[in-house]
Amino acid sequence: MVTLNHYLILSAILFAIGTAGVFVRRNLITILLSIEIMLNAVNLTFVAFGRALGSADGQIIVFFVMTVAAAEAAVGLAIVISLFRHKESLNPDSFASLKW
Amino acid sequence: MGSEGIAFYLFAAIAIGASLLVIAQRNPIYSVLLLIASFGALSGLYVLLDAPFVAVIQIIVYAGAIMVLFLFVVMLLNAPHEDTEFDERVHPLLRPGPMRFGAFLALVLAGELFWALTRGGDTGAFPGGAVTSVAVIGRSLFTDYAFPFEVTSVLILVAMVGAVVLARRDDPRERRDRGGA
Repeated sequence: MVTLNHYLILSAILFAIGTAGVFVRRNLITILLSIEIMLNAVNLTFVAFGRALGSADGQIIVFFVMTVAAAEAAVGLAIVISLFRHKESLNPDSFASLKW
Repeated sequence: MGSEGIAFYLFAAIAIGASLLVIAQRNPIYSVLLLIASFGALSGLYVLLDAPFVAVIQIIVYAGAIMVLFLFVVMLLNAPHEDTEFDERVHPLLRPGPMRFGAFLALVLAGELFWALTRGGDTGAFPGGAVTSVAVIGRSLFTDYAFPFEVTSVLILVAMVGAVVLARRDDPRERRDRGGA
């Protein structure tokens, strides 16, 4: 029997994996991918709660989260490209100065 | 355990395994491809949750559009390997110092969430009467959520303009021409 708790625990595991990726990895693209993992974990929570409450609102919020994720990915990747042009590196530690 | 349970554990295992591999890969291209696999498994979970609309847009929008955007950027930058002050032979997840502390913090977060979710008791099975119809979702989206929906279009416009401005190559000759005009 699969219950709401199963989905919530799966979502918590995915969110923790995303958090670990943001902390551990030193590559801007992988960090953005980890943020996508976290956004998807939250989406799963929304859909599971929407299913448990018998409401369509969970799925609608997921729609908005996906839109924000798309906008975030577009702007984030544009920033990554522009940073890479300056330093030829994707390591966030090399972008420590406020001005170059 | 019925077929629903088997499907749930199968998709959950794929999602967790692929996500772990995403953060364990050195080459970002493999990370992106594994994340697409993870999103496919999540899409299966949405089908199990009686949300076919979300499952389809997960595949089309996330796996199809956003991940291809990532793939484009990875290939455009052509920087497959992570350059750090650490030894290249040391696996990225096994590096010392603050990163190990970050991984520890993430484990603590997982433990806290697990503790909070398991002590509440069993929530029981999902009730009947799930909203699966796209028509119901669409009606709600264009009536109750009409204003957020319109704001979303402004957000996408801003993101589009922002991405173009940020990624534009700043050509000094062009700037001089503009200054002289």
